[in-house]
Order: sequence, then C-alpha cells, then structure tokens
Amino acid sequence: MLGKLTWAAIPIDQPIPLFAAGFVGFIIFCVLVYITLKGWVPYLWREWITSVDHKRIGVMYVFLAGVMLIRGFSDAIMMRSQQALAFQAPGYLPPDHYDQIFSAHGTLMIFFVAMPFVIGLMNVVVPLQLGVRDVAFPTLNSVSFWLTATGALLVNVSLVVGEFARTGWLAYPPLSELTYSPGVGVDYYLWSLQISGVGTLLTGVNFVTTILKLHAPGMTYMRMPMFCWTALASCLLIVAAFPILTATFAMLLLDRYLGFHFFTNEAGGNVMMYVNLIWAWGHPEVYILILPAFGVFSEVVSTFSGKPLFGYRSMVAATLVICILAFMVWLHHFFTMGAGADVNAVFGVTTMIIAVPTGVKVFSWLFTMYGGRIVYSSPMLWSLGFIVTFVLGGMTGVLLAVPPADFVLHNSLFLVAHFHNVIIGGVLFGAFAGYTYWFPKAFGFRLHEGLGKAAFWCWFIGFYLAFMPLYVLGFEGMTRRMQHYDVPAWHPWLLIAALGAAVILAGIVLQIAQVVVSFRHREQLRDVTGDPWNGHSLEWATASPPPPFNFAVLPRITEDDTYWGMKQRVLRQTDTGEEPRYEDIELPRNSPTGFICAFFATFMGFALIWHIWWLVAAAFVGAFVTFVVFAWRDRTEDRIPADEVARIDRANRAARRAALAQMQPAQ
Amino acid sequence: MNQGVSSLCSRSVVALTARCGVLSALIALTACQPAVLDPRGPVGEAQKTILIDSLAIMLAIVIPTLVATLGCAWWYRRSNTRARHLPDFTYSGQLEMIVWAIPLLTIMLLGGVAWISSHDLDPARPLPSKDPPLEVQVVSLDWKWLFIYPRQHVASVNHLVIPAGLPVHFSLTSASVMNAFFIPQLGSMIYTMNGMATQLNLHADEPGVFLGLSTNYSGDGFADMHFDTEALPMDRFSAWVDATRGTGPTLTSQSYTELAKQSLGVAPFTYRDVDPDLFKNIVTQALPPGPGPVEETSPGASKRAEK
Repeated sequence: MLGKLTWAAIPIDQPIPLFAAGFVGFIIFCVLVYITLKGWVPYLWREWITSVDHKRIGVMYVFLAGVMLIRGFSDAIMMRSQQALAFQAPGYLPPDHYDQIFSAHGTLMIFFVAMPFVIGLMNVVVPLQLGVRDVAFPTLNSVSFWLTATGALLVNVSLVVGEFARTGWLAYPPLSELTYSPGVGVDYYLWSLQISGVGTLLTGVNFVTTILKLHAPGMTYMRMPMFCWTALASCLLIVAAFPILTATFAMLLLDRYLGFHFFTNEAGGNVMMYVNLIWAWGHPEVYILILPAFGVFSEVVSTFSGKPLFGYRSMVAATLVICILAFMVWLHHFFTMGAGADVNAVFGVTTMIIAVPTGVKVFSWLFTMYGGRIVYSSPMLWSLGFIVTFVLGGMTGVLLAVPPADFVLHNSLFLVAHFHNVIIGGVLFGAFAGYTYWFPKAFGFRLHEGLGKAAFWCWFIGFYLAFMPLYVLGFEGMTRRMQHYDVPAWHPWLLIAALGAAVILAGIVLQIAQVVVSFRHREQLRDVTGDPWNGHSLEWATASPPPPFNFAVLPRITEDDTYWGMKQRVLRQTDTGEEPRYEDIELPRNSPTGFICAFFATFMGFALIWHIWWLVAAAFVGAFVTFVVFAWRDRTEDRIPADEVARIDRANRAARRAALAQMQPAQ
Repeated sequence: MNQGVSSLCSRSVVALTARCGVLSALIALTACQPAVLDPRGPVGEAQKTILIDSLAIMLAIVIPTLVATLGCAWWYRRSNTRARHLPDFTYSGQLEMIVWAIPLLTIMLLGGVAWISSHDLDPARPLPSKDPPLEVQVVSLDWKWLFIYPRQHVASVNHLVIPAGLPVHFSLTSASVMNAFFIPQLGSMIYTMNGMATQLNLHADEPGVFLGLSTNYSGDGFADMHFDTEALPMDRFSAWVDATRGTGPTLTSQSYTELAKQSLGVAPFTYRDVDPDLFKNIVTQALPPGPGPVEETSPGASKRAEK
C-alpha cells in the first residue's frame, strides 16, 4: 500500500533534522493558522496562487528563492561549524548526515535559490522593459513556477521523511547507482529536479518566445535594454541545456528503477558518459545564472551613473559570444579524468576565451561610470562589490582552466572558493542588486537604504572572510566534502571561514529587517512617480506597482538612439502629450491550473520516490485531467473596460507630470 | 609473564610512535608552507611554476582593471564637482577595439602557457630518468587505498612507500565508486574509475613523508581515505620490500574480495605476496566491483546500521 514507506523513514534518532523540521513545521503551521484566521485565504487564492500576472509570479519566484536561501544557508552554517570543530575529532555531524547537508546545500542553492531568483527578476522586469502586457504564455508561466515550488518542497520533505542524497550535488555514478546508494536520497534528488526542470524548461520557452515575438511598437532588437538581451541569452541556454539534464537524469532513473545499465559499473555502463553529460548541462547552467546578473549590473551601473550604457553593441555581442562558448568548455570540470594532453589543452583554451567577452563587459561598465555622476545607492554598492569580487573569481577560474594547475587544485577548497567567488560575488550580488533596484517597481515603495547598505557590507566582508581562507586551504591540499580531518595547518583557516559565515548571517538578518522596516515605513518610502531612480528603460515609464495591464497604452518607441533618449521620449509622450484614447484591455484570466498541476506533481514525485505505484497512477491522471480541463476552458480572458483603464492611468499621469515639472530645470 | 612483557613492549612502541607523530606534526606545522606551493618533486615543481606564472600574467591585467574601476567609481561620484561630466560618452570605436584586444592578447599568451604545459605535464607522460620507473598499481576501495608493487610481488594498504630519486609510474583503478588519487606535495592528481585504468607519473626528489588523499567524494568513509606517502632512500626502500615479503597475509582473489567490502579507518598493513593478475582482473572486472553497503532494508535503517 505504501511502497517502501515505513515508520523507519522518520529519523527519530537524529535530533538535529527532526528538531529543525519540527521548528520549521511549527512556524509554517502558525503562519497558515494566522492567514486563515485573518481571512486572507480568498485574497491569496485570487490574487497570488491562481494569478497568471508575470509580476505576481516573479514576486513569488523571488520569495521562494529567499526562503530557500535561508534553508541553504543554514546548511552552510552547519558545514562551516562542523569543519571548524572536526579537527582530529568527529564533530557533531556524523558522515551520513554531513554528506546529505553538502549535497542539499549545492542542490538548493543552484536550483532553488539562484535559478528562481534570476527567473523571478526576469518575470517582473522583462515584459515591462519590452513594453508589453504579459509574457507569451501566461498560464504556462504559472505552471512553471508551481512546478519549481514542487521541487523545492520535495527536497525539504526529505528532511523528515527518509533522507536526501549523500552523493554531492551532481550525484556522480556509480556512487548514485542503486548498488552504492540503495536509499531513497538519490530518488528525492532526481525526482525533485526532474519536476522543477520541466518548470525551468517551460520558462525558457516562454521567455524566448516573449523576447523574440512580443515587443512594444518600435522596440527593435537593438533597442532592447541589456537585461532583455541577457535574459534572452540565458533562456536560449535553458532551452538548449535543460533537456540534456532531463535526459541524463532519466537514464540514471532507468538504472535505478528498471535495472538498466547506462552508468553502472557492470554490463557496459559508462560512468564517464554521465560526467560528460551532466557538465554539458552544468557549464551552460552557470551562464544561465550569471548572464541575467550581468544584465542587472548593466542596468544598475548605467542608471546610477546617470548615463546610457557604454558600448551597447559590444555588450550584446559579448553576451551572445558567451552564450555560444558556454557549450564548448564542459570538459574543464574533469581535466583529471586522464583524457590526454590534446583534449585537455583544447578545453583549457576554449575556457580561457570566455574571459574575453567577460572582460569586455567589465570594461564597458568601467567606461559607463567614466564621466558619469555616480550615486552610491545600495544597488550600486552591490554592483561595485560585484565587479571587484567577480574579477578576482574570474581570475581564479582562468587559473583553474590551465590543466596542470587544475591537476593540483581540482576538487580542492580552492575550487570551492572559486565557484562561490563567482556565484556569490556574481549571481547573488546581481540578484540582490536587482532585488533592491526593482523592489519599488514591484511594490510601490523603496527599501530602507541604511539597512540595505549595512547588509551589503556584511555580505561583502563576510564573503571575503569566509572564502579567502578556502583559497589558502586549497593550496594546503585540503579537498572538499571532508567530514573530519587531522592536518593541523588546516584548522585555523577553517575557524576564520566559520567566522565569515557568521558575518554573512548578520547580512541576512539585516536583509530580513530591511523588509520589515521598509514595510512599516512604506508611506515615507513611497514611490509616487513610478520612476524612483531616474531610470532608463520602459519599466520606469509606468506606475509602481504597475497596473495589471502594465501600460494603459502600449508605448511607442521611435527614438533610434540609446535608452536615455528613449526614456526622455517616453516621459515627454506620457506627461506632456495629449491624453491618449483609452480602450478596453483584455488580460488572460487567472487560472488554478499551475497550482493544481503542481499539487498532483508533488504527490506523483513523492509516490515515485517511495514506489507507491497506485498513487503515481492516480496523481498522473489528476495532472492530466487538469490539463484537459484547462484546454477545454470557455473563457480565456477578462476584459478591463476603458473607463477603468483611464481611471487607473490618470492618477499616475498626474504624479508623473508633477515630478517632471521638478525634473526639467535640472536637465 | 611473557605476554605481559610483550604487551608492555608494544605499549612503549605505541607511545614512542605517538611521540614521534606529535613531533613530526610540530615540525610540519613550523615548516608550514602550503603543500601545493612546497613541492618535493619535479612534477609539483613545474606545476607551482605554472601557477605562479599564470597568476602573474593575469594580475598584470586584473590589478590595473580593479584600480581603474575603483578609482573611476570614486572620482566620478556625484558630489565631486571637479569631475568632468560626459553624459553622452557611450561609444568610442577605438576604445572598444582596445577593450576587446587587451583580454584577447592576455588570453593568447595564457592559452599558449596552457597548451604547452598540458603536453609537458600530461600525467600519462613518462618522466625523464636513466633508470626504469617503479611500477605501482593503485586500487581505491570503500574506503581505503590498496597499493600493489607488481615487480616486488608485495602490496600495502593505506600506506604508500616509494623510493626517493626514482620516478614512479602509477596505474590506477577503482574497486567500486570514483575516487581521485592525490599527493599534494608531489603534484598531479588523477581519477580512479572502475573498469578502467588511468596513468600517472610522479617523482619524489628527497626522502620524506607526504600526505596523500582521495580528492573525489566517494561516500560516507571519504574523509578517512588518506594515507601517508613515505619516500625512502633506495637502499631503505629495498629493505622495506624485503621486510614486507617476510610477514603478513597474501593477497589473492579471496582476500581481495574480503578487502573490497566497505570498511572505515583501516590501519595500514601489508601483504607479503600478491596474485600477479589481480590488478588486471580488477580492471577487466573479472573480479566483480565492490559490493556497496551490505544490510539495507529501508533508508532509516541504513542510517542506523552505519553508525
């Protein structure tokens, strides 16, 4: 009846996960009770859960990323404290628990923090920047989000029911095969990523279509803001790379469930094939994450320097070059497999070539600041912190691309320091810059600057404290994923690293405080005009938060010049021109399809993990029926009458006119 | 009585070894140079040079870039009234050419370094020497290392003994999951994989004891997969081989199968004789791969069983 699921799956004898899960469960229970008692359930259902509005979905993505960041970071704190304690001692985490923690940390941070964060920002911003009303497939967008949430939920269920993978975040076979990992941990890993992977792939398809096919009149490709270009490149990579991941995991699942031999030791299985395939997805994946971050920095640096971006064409070219080269370097993740000198050298050189377009980007940001009037707001601080940190991380990356250097540094803490250097210093700083920069657009009020800057400095200093010692440890020969160690020279550096993690913790606490304080002072921080930073692109040409239809009248872009000029034109048009003729607007109707589909997907994933076959069948039928019902729907759109559009738009126009009256003397 | 004396003897030997251990640890600590930057052989030496050269080439461009970025960001702050304001400076063909050219030139130089050094330091490439290298066959098991000396017909677990001043050619494989074999002070690591053999050539210049470890995560016993590498002068190495031949069990297919079962923190020991086809049989899977965890009813049970 319940497959492999028995009471033994609950780790009664392990106080740490049980206590943590109990605590989190209690908080979730309290929040749910509070929401129900306050009568917010209908509101949440109507306005958020069933919403197909790209802005709402984007906010939910970022919220998911934030919650998972806290989960992933508590794993990080546990790893750092374990390694600080485990010098010639067992520490407080036994190997089987420690191994789950570092596997979960990597999985969560990449798939459920970094990915939803950048996809969330794309959701909020891209349609606004293109000057359109929504993405190409709004309901599909909702399905994507909820499937991602399903994956995150399943990973967290593994904390209490069963176990998570003990294989590292990429689950190399044969360790991840049934012979060496007979438990359900690897199955949790595989099914949660298969399900969320479907969501990610659909997002890729959705945004490629949106960016290529939906534009405001006159928004040609070479007029698109940099963030749209990087989002396009990132989504092209998703469309090309995620099917590889899905296929690879499918083969591993066939090995584990049906006795196939794709990657087993025996019967002609080939481990090296898995390693090649997973990195053929894995290396593009890092560009999927970093390219949108580059886009954010381009927007932020340009806005706070009060100048258009320098070398726009070069930036576009560099983005696309990176997009293509991303598929030509995967082998550098395993130079130490013994492939031979020619193969290693070719992949070493292609890897280094990626540093060229990346360098171009850095210089472009530098020349964007040159001759500007730089305002040191917190998004700008994140951007400067990024440039410094990312250049260092890029340098250590190129060092690792020299095969003989990699032969002594591969899999060491030097490598760990390198990829945290580019993922925290690049992706996460970019995500935080974008979050602070676009927060007023999404919510209508700015975030508290003082707390934001304090959080930045904690993250910045904490990052250096936590990861510079890891570079040293790499030179000391310390390898990653060690539950305990006996080498005295390693211990002091690990203590410093643990201190760094504590400083980052302070940064996270400050960020939470920032949201609370900003919400309480939202009236003082109110963004009345919809353009709080004097921005350059179309998202600033509408109200904050934007109305459901984004633009009362789709903006018309005629300026064949930079975004600065485009914005001036938009401002003039909106504020000084005649009131446009308002028309009825049709918007896609809210739909619970995504939520219900994910509900069934959750049960299906859980049932597959535990071999509860009747539930697999039932949940599959449920999900399929949901799609059929959606496909046969009668009404697809809601109509917003012209009067209502006019009422909403006039308020914003008045505010904007007042603001422009103040701005014009300055220009 | 006899037993008492011998146990007393062994206890004092243990105490002595422990004291030696502490002493050597202290020496290691005072001579504290990061292992990779303190190589004891030509391979590690060459890799250290490449590390430093590559870093120097990159710092030559990275430091000016960082200084320029921070300087620019500071000088053009809004409150600085002396800074020129160039709101329309968004394009410059010459600058963009330079911007593409500088990284490109740097990478061409560094790419050359990478190309040449990849060939010079290919792990499979034999090291120059007038004497033939010592052959060592390495097998990673759950969770210990087996070193087979095919010409000497002896084997050792979790303790690698090599002669100083003579190249060593390692053939490596794995009994079960992937691992990587790495002695930081001697240079190059390489993966070990079941069903295939990788090649590695290393050379210790001088006698000494170097830490060796697995650098590819291989399961719950991973942290214990380290071993001492003892480089001995040639005559003492021969003496070690002779002494090893005199004692200990023999390594046959049966005793290998026993060894291949999962075990943790195995104290070093040696085999006085080795089946000459053993390594070949492991690589060709004539001997089946290691069995993995034994008792497994449900995941919850497995967690308890392993502790």
